[in-house]
Amino acid sequence: MDVLDLSRWQFGITTVYHFLFVPLTIGLSIIVAGFQTAWHRTGKPAYLRLTKFWGKLFLINFAMGVVTGIVQEFQFGMNWSDYSRFVGDVFGAPLAMEGLMAFFLESTFLGLWIFGWDKLSPRLHLATIWIAAIGTNLSAYFILAANSWMQHPVGYRLNPVTGRAELTDIWAVLTNSTTLVTFPHVIFGAFVTAGAFVAGVSAWHLLRKKNVELFRVSARTAMTVTLVASIGVALSGHWQAQIMTEQQPMKMAAAEALWEDETSAGFSLFAVGDVENGRNHINLQIPYGLSLLSTNTLDGRVEGVNDIQARYEATYGPGDYTPVVGVAYWSFRLMIGFGMLAALLALAGLWATRRGRLPDNPWFHRLAILGIGLPFLANSMGWIFTEMGRQPWTVFGIMRTAAAVSPGVDVTEVAITLVGFTLVYAVLAVVEIRLLLKFIRIGPDAEGEPGRPTDTVPVLSY
Amino acid sequence: MELTTVWFLLIAVLWTGYFVLEGFDFGVGILLPLLGRDESDRRTLVQSIGPVWDGNEVWLIVAGGATFAAFPEWYATLFSGFYLPLFLILLALIVRGVALEYRGKSTSTRGWDRAFFWGSLGPAFLWGVAFANIVRGVPLDADHEYTGSLLTLLNPYALLGGLATLTLFTLHGAVFIRLKTDGELRERAGRLVRLAGPAALVIGGAFLVTTQLMVGKPATWGTVAVAAAAIAGALVATLRGRDGWSFAANTVAIVAVTVTLFASLWPNVMPALDPANSLTVDNAASTSYTLTVMTWVAVLFMPLVLAYQGWTYWVFRRRLTRAPGG
Ligand code: HDD
Ligand code: HEM
Ligand code: HEM
Repeated sequence: MDVLDLSRWQFGITTVYHFLFVPLTIGLSIIVAGFQTAWHRTGKPAYLRLTKFWGKLFLINFAMGVVTGIVQEFQFGMNWSDYSRFVGDVFGAPLAMEGLMAFFLESTFLGLWIFGWDKLSPRLHLATIWIAAIGTNLSAYFILAANSWMQHPVGYRLNPVTGRAELTDIWAVLTNSTTLVTFPHVIFGAFVTAGAFVAGVSAWHLLRKKNVELFRVSARTAMTVTLVASIGVALSGHWQAQIMTEQQPMKMAAAEALWEDETSAGFSLFAVGDVENGRNHINLQIPYGLSLLSTNTLDGRVEGVNDIQARYEATYGPGDYTPVVGVAYWSFRLMIGFGMLAALLALAGLWATRRGRLPDNPWFHRLAILGIGLPFLANSMGWIFTEMGRQPWTVFGIMRTAAAVSPGVDVTEVAITLVGFTLVYAVLAVVEIRLLLKFIRIGPDAEGEPGRPTDTVPVLSY
Repeated sequence: MELTTVWFLLIAVLWTGYFVLEGFDFGVGILLPLLGRDESDRRTLVQSIGPVWDGNEVWLIVAGGATFAAFPEWYATLFSGFYLPLFLILLALIVRGVALEYRGKSTSTRGWDRAFFWGSLGPAFLWGVAFANIVRGVPLDADHEYTGSLLTLLNPYALLGGLATLTLFTLHGAVFIRLKTDGELRERAGRLVRLAGPAALVIGGAFLVTTQLMVGKPATWGTVAVAAAAIAGALVATLRGRDGWSFAANTVAIVAVTVTLFASLWPNVMPALDPANSLTVDNAASTSYTLTVMTWVAVLFMPLVLAYQGWTYWVFRRRLTRAPGG
C-alpha cells in the first residue's frame, strides 16, 4: 500500500466513525429539546425524567462526536495537503464558517445546559438546549456545503497561473443545488437514526416491564419520528438521485450497474456483473424503475458506464473514470434497504402499540432493539456510496484523489496514524457502548424530581 | 489595512484566545494529581472547567478553519509538515475530552484521571514546540513542502519553547484554581503558584529572550517585558490574596507571549530556512474575494461569540465549594 491508499483508508475509517455519532447528535438534540419543551409546557414530571434520561445518553454520544470531529478538521492539512493548497480558497470558507457560526454555539450552550439547571431560569435553560440543537444542525449545513462543492463545484474559477481553485461567489457555494438536496437527506437520515435509537432503548425497558408508561410514550414518539423521517429521506433521496444523474452520471450508472445507455431503464434489484467486460451476468429489475427514479419519466434516457467512460476520456484525457462498480451498486442498495427496514419496523411498532396496546411477544421488542443498528448501517453506506462513487475524483472534474494527497508525508507516518487512530477508536467504541448500556440499564429511576435541590454536582454531569 | 494583515491579526487573536482559555484547562489537568488529594477535590477541580472546556477548545478548531480559509498554503504546509506532533496532540485531545465527559459517569475514575493528566500535559508542551519551530523557521522546498523529519522539530530551542508553554499553562491553571475554589484546595493552589510562578518567569524568560536574539524585532522587547512583568504581577497578587488580579495578570502574560511570537513571525507565516521558500502573508493567502467574505463573517460573528462566551463565564462565576461525598 502506498501513501495514497493508506490516506484513503484513514479518511474513510475516521469519517465513517465520526458519522456514527453525528446523526444521533443531530436527531437526539432535537428530541431532547422536544421533551424538555413538553415538560416546560405541561409541568408533568414524566417529561422531565425523559429529558434527563435521553439527555444523558445524548451527552455520552456527543462527547465522541466532538473528539472525532477534531481529527476530521486536522486531516485535510495532514494527509491531503495538496488538496488543501488547491481548494482552500473555496473549501476553507464553509469550514471556517462552521466553526465560527455553529461549533461555538453548540459547545457553549451545551455547557450552559448541562451545568445551568439551577443557575438559569427555566425558560432560559430551555432556550440553551434549543440553541445548542440549532448549532448542531447549522454545523451540518456548512460541512455539507463543503462536501457538496466536491461533488459539484460551483462559484469558483480555476486560476490559470497557479492552477488553484478560487472562490468567485460564496452565495453560489452555500446554495449549491447539491447542498440543498443533501442537507434534508442527511437531516432526515439523522432523525431516522435517533428515532430508531430511542425506540430500541425504550423496547429494552418495555421488555423488562420497567417504567412502562414512560417508555411507551418514548417508543411511540420515536417510531413516529422514524416513520415520518423515512418518508422524508426517500423523497429527498429521489430528488438527490435526479440531481446526481445530471451532475455525476457516472455515479448513477455505477450505482445501477448500467453498462450501456438505455431508455426506459429498469431499477436493478440484484445483479452479478462482469466488470472486465463491462456487462452483467444476472440482473433482476423493476421495469422502468431507474428511468422513473432519475428522470421522473418512464422512458427517460439514462447513461451507461461504458458510454460515460468514453465521453470522459474525450473530455478529460485518457484514464479510468469508472468507480468500483460493485461498491457503488451494493452500498446504494444497502443504504436504501437498511433504511426501509427501519421504517417498516417503526410502522409495525406503531401498529402493535396502537390505542394502549403492548405486544406480549418478546421477539417484538428484541427486533426493535436490533433495529437500532439499521440506520447506522444505512448512513455509513450512504457516505461510502457518495464518496467512493465519485472516485477517481476528489473534486469532481477538477482534481483527482491521487493528486490530492500530501507529497511530503511518507508511508510510515500514515501507517502510524492509521493504526493509532483505528486502535484508539476501537477502544473508545467499547468504552462508550459500555457506558451507554450502563445508563440505559439504570434507567430514568434515579432522575430527580423538579425542584429537588441539586448539590454542587449537577445532575447531568460528572 | 490590507486584508491579509487583518487575517494575520485575526488568526493571532484566535490562537491567543485558545491559549488563554484552554491554557487554564490544561493547567487544571496537569495539576489534578498534585492538588487533588481525594475524589471530592478531584471532582471539584474537574468541575471548575466543566461548563467551559468544550467552548474553549473550539477556539482551536476555528483557528484551524480560519487558517485553512485565509492562508491555505500555511495550513497545508504546517499540518502536513508537523504530521506526527499533530497526531500526538490529536490523540491527547481525544483522550482528554473523553475523560472529562466520562469520568463522572464511570465507577472508577483512576484511568480517566490519568488520561486527563496526560491529555493536558501533552498539548501544553507540544504547542510550545510547534510554535517555537514555526517562529524559528523550518526546511521548506520551493513548493513549500516541509523537507525535515521529526527530529528536525525536536531541536533544543523548540524543546525550551515546549517547557515554556508547559510552565506557563501550569501557572495559569494554578491561578485559575485559586480563583475558582475555596478552603484547602485554594491554599494548595497558592503554594503551587509560588513554585510555578518563578519557574515560568525563568523558563519563559529564557525562551523569549532567545527568541528575541534569534528572530526578534526591537518592538517585541516591549511585549517580552510586559510578559515578564505580568508573570511577576500574578505571583505578587497571589501572595496578597488577590485572586482576580492574579488571574488577570497571568492572562496578560499569555497574551504578551503569543503577541511576541506572532510579531516575530510577521510578515512571514512560516519562514523557511532558505528565505526564498518562506511562506508569507502574501504568498500563502487566499484571494481578496475570499478574505472579504470571511472578514464580514468574522466582523458579524466574533463579537457575538465573545458576548455569549463572556456571559457563560458570568453565569458560572461563583467559587466552587468542596463537593460533598467522594
Ligand atoms: C452532517 C453532519 C456532519 C458531517 C458530514 C460532519 N460533521 Fe463533524 N460534526 C457534526 C456534523 C457533521 C456535528 C453534529 O455538529 C458534531 C457531531 C457531534 C458533535 O458534537 O457535533 C460534529 C463535530 C465536529 C467537530 C467538533 C466540534 C466541537 O468541538 O463542538 C469538528 C471539528 C468537526 N465535526 C469537523 C468535521 C469535518 C472536518 C467533517 C468532514 C470531513 C465533518 N465534521 C463531517
Ligand atoms: C464533508 C466532508 C466529507 C465527508 C462527510 C466525507 C465522507 C467520506 C466518507 C464517509 C468516506 C468513506 C468512503 C470509504 O469508506 O471509502 C470518504 C472517503 C474518502 N473521502 Fe471524503 N468526505 C468529506 C470530505 C472529503 C475531503 C475534503 C476529501 C479530501 C481529499 C475527501 C477525500 C476522501 C477520500 C480520498 C476518500 C477515500 C475514498 C476511497 O477510498 O474510495 N473527502 N469520505
Ligand atoms: C428511498 C430511499 C433512499 C434514496 C432514494 C436515497 C438516495 C441517495 C442518493 C442518490 C445519495 C447520493 C447522493 C450523491 O452522491 O450526490 C444518497 C446519499 C446518502 N444517503 Fe440516501 N437514499 C435513501 C435512503 C437513505 C436512508 C434511509 C439513509 C439513512 C438513514 C440514507 C443516508 C444517506 C447518507 C448519509 C448519504 C450520504 C450523504 C449525501 O450525499 O447525501 N439514505 N442517498
